Amino acid sequence: MNQTDAFDLRGLMSRSAQMSGVWVALAAMILFGLLRYENFGSAYNIGSFLNYNSMFIVISVGMCFVIMSGGIDLSVGFVAAFASIVAAYLSPWGIVPGLIGGVLAGAAFGAVNAVLIVAMRLPPFIATLSTMLAAKGGALVISGNQTVAVDWGSNFTTLGMEKAFGPIPWTIVLVAIVTVLLWLLLERTPLGRTVLAIGGSEEASDLMGLKVRTAKAFVYLLSGSCAGLAGVFLASGFGAGQPLEGTGWELTAIASVVVGGTLLTGGLGSIPATVAGALLLGLVFNLLNFENGLGTISLSAYWQMVIRGAVLFAVILLQVRLRRGSNRIGA
Amino acid sequence: MSDRGLSLPNRMTAGLSPAAWLSRNGGLAALVVLLLFNILVTPNFLHAQTLAVNISQVATIALVAVGMTLVIATGGIDLSVGAVMALSGAMAPIIFTSAFAEANPALGLAAAFLLPLVAALACGVFNGALVAILGVQPIIATLIFFISGRGVAQVLTNGNLQTFNHPGFSYIGTARILGIPFQGWLVVMAAALVWYVVRFTASGRYLLAAGGNERAARMAGVPVTRVKILAYATCSLLAGIAGLIVVAINSASDAARIGNLMELDAIAAAVVGGAALSGGRAPIWGAILGAVVIQLVKYTLLANGIADEVALIAKAAIIVLAVYAQQTRKG
Repeated sequence: MNQTDAFDLRGLMSRSAQMSGVWVALAAMILFGLLRYENFGSAYNIGSFLNYNSMFIVISVGMCFVIMSGGIDLSVGFVAAFASIVAAYLSPWGIVPGLIGGVLAGAAFGAVNAVLIVAMRLPPFIATLSTMLAAKGGALVISGNQTVAVDWGSNFTTLGMEKAFGPIPWTIVLVAIVTVLLWLLLERTPLGRTVLAIGGSEEASDLMGLKVRTAKAFVYLLSGSCAGLAGVFLASGFGAGQPLEGTGWELTAIASVVVGGTLLTGGLGSIPATVAGALLLGLVFNLLNFENGLGTISLSAYWQMVIRGAVLFAVILLQVRLRRGSNRIGA
Repeated sequence: MSDRGLSLPNRMTAGLSPAAWLSRNGGLAALVVLLLFNILVTPNFLHAQTLAVNISQVATIALVAVGMTLVIATGGIDLSVGAVMALSGAMAPIIFTSAFAEANPALGLAAAFLLPLVAALACGVFNGALVAILGVQPIIATLIFFISGRGVAQVLTNGNLQTFNHPGFSYIGTARILGIPFQGWLVVMAAALVWYVVRFTASGRYLLAAGGNERAARMAGVPVTRVKILAYATCSLLAGIAGLIVVAINSASDAARIGNLMELDAIAAAVVGGAALSGGRAPIWGAILGAVVIQLVKYTLLANGIADEVALIAKAAIIVLAVYAQQTRKG
């Protein structure tokens, strides 16, 4: 699909253009916001924007690993919902047990995905579709079909509601640490390189003696854990475990990864560009809210979904053009 | 998605051992087990009313599953079917309650059927063009309408629930012919037509060829682009019809709920019916069988007082078993 010749410099340059596009778009949108709206750069807006989008950033980063390995994880949204309930139940004991419990709940679903995909050789699409349904059902069962309030007496809500310093919320600090660690893991460790190699060609990686099965199991465990972490943010930030949240999160995450320039066919990807992609999609909502606030237009919440789809379409067209361009150079 | 190229023609491995038979006909076996269980356990199962209720509910899943089977046969997937259902379901009441339709009832009713289907068809052509002409991954191409299609429907209706009393339109959802709901007959006719096209026309054979090995098919002169667009267009059209039926059954249209999670039911039905995600196979009657199995599982659990959320987990288990049986068949 993309250039197979990895040593073609011009091909490489065009591929980096594919990834840097998202930074240019992000910078342009931020600049637009700063110039047009008075309170866009306010501490309050930055804080709440980052806090809300921390959930989407973390699942997008997990999803990026899965997609780079050539797979897909549809279960993340409802796994996050499930984890938010687990975290809410653990909230009386404070944030640390809540955090660990939520992430472990997510990792458990990731482990199921890994077994289905690596051991039973099911296609990732089907395997994660099934765990998605199971996670949704499980979330409704353990919550008794209603939201589970957290314990406000403990320090559980500190994570989701308070600032670490300045306008920066605790969630985004945690997300930044996780993201940097995962970025290093991808770029600097054999495991990370193996993930990319699998996405390039699973068969070739296997023949080269790379630990294909370990790496594949790892990406689904990671994606599940990231979804679990997002669930903890959800419970901590909104004060309740929410069995009905998470619908469509997997697609938001996939869209963020794609907007970040990662190829869905695997073998290529960037963690920072994925974060930028998630921020970009979140910013579309943020800018629309401000535009509504100015009173020049009045777009309902429904329009936001339409516009989000249109943004995705525009990005896809751009990617197609860039890919065609790189193919032409290579040909 | 990862096992492209691994699928052997199943005739090669089809022995006559019971295990092989079971893995080939898992859907049928599941149906028999479900029927026996219900006859023995569920009160009033062998009752004309039970049959009618199940047929009227399974019809929409079956229609969409037939379309999904065509798309899956090309090696693709269509996530937008639920959103397309919402779009057509939201459009119809707007049209037949308009001033124009009040003045010209017959013309208004015809437009209420036709225009939503034209819109659905347009969505399908859009999806197909993105996949077949621009080479966009099917998940991503159909993600655009998955995100924005329901948004458009909600913008059209302002997010309001539209209720109506229109016997002419409700016919397709509530009428019975020979005791069987109208939509049951419609499904049989649609499936027969699609089956005939796949089995006996050049377009149908091209479809299977394109899904089996796209490069080989292109080299052999198969109009791959055209048949792919045709598959996505048919899928959207059938989803559009399903949307109209849902609205007709309820005499109400809620854009937020029509076809919600239908993509999952349809994919599950297609897979249980024997569609291979790697493409190249289009078991149309299998899709109907799969839809009936999914519906019966829901009904069995519901009729025996087991909660909806547990039914989700059961559905997940069925999907895993069905695909695992396929995998073992491939060896």
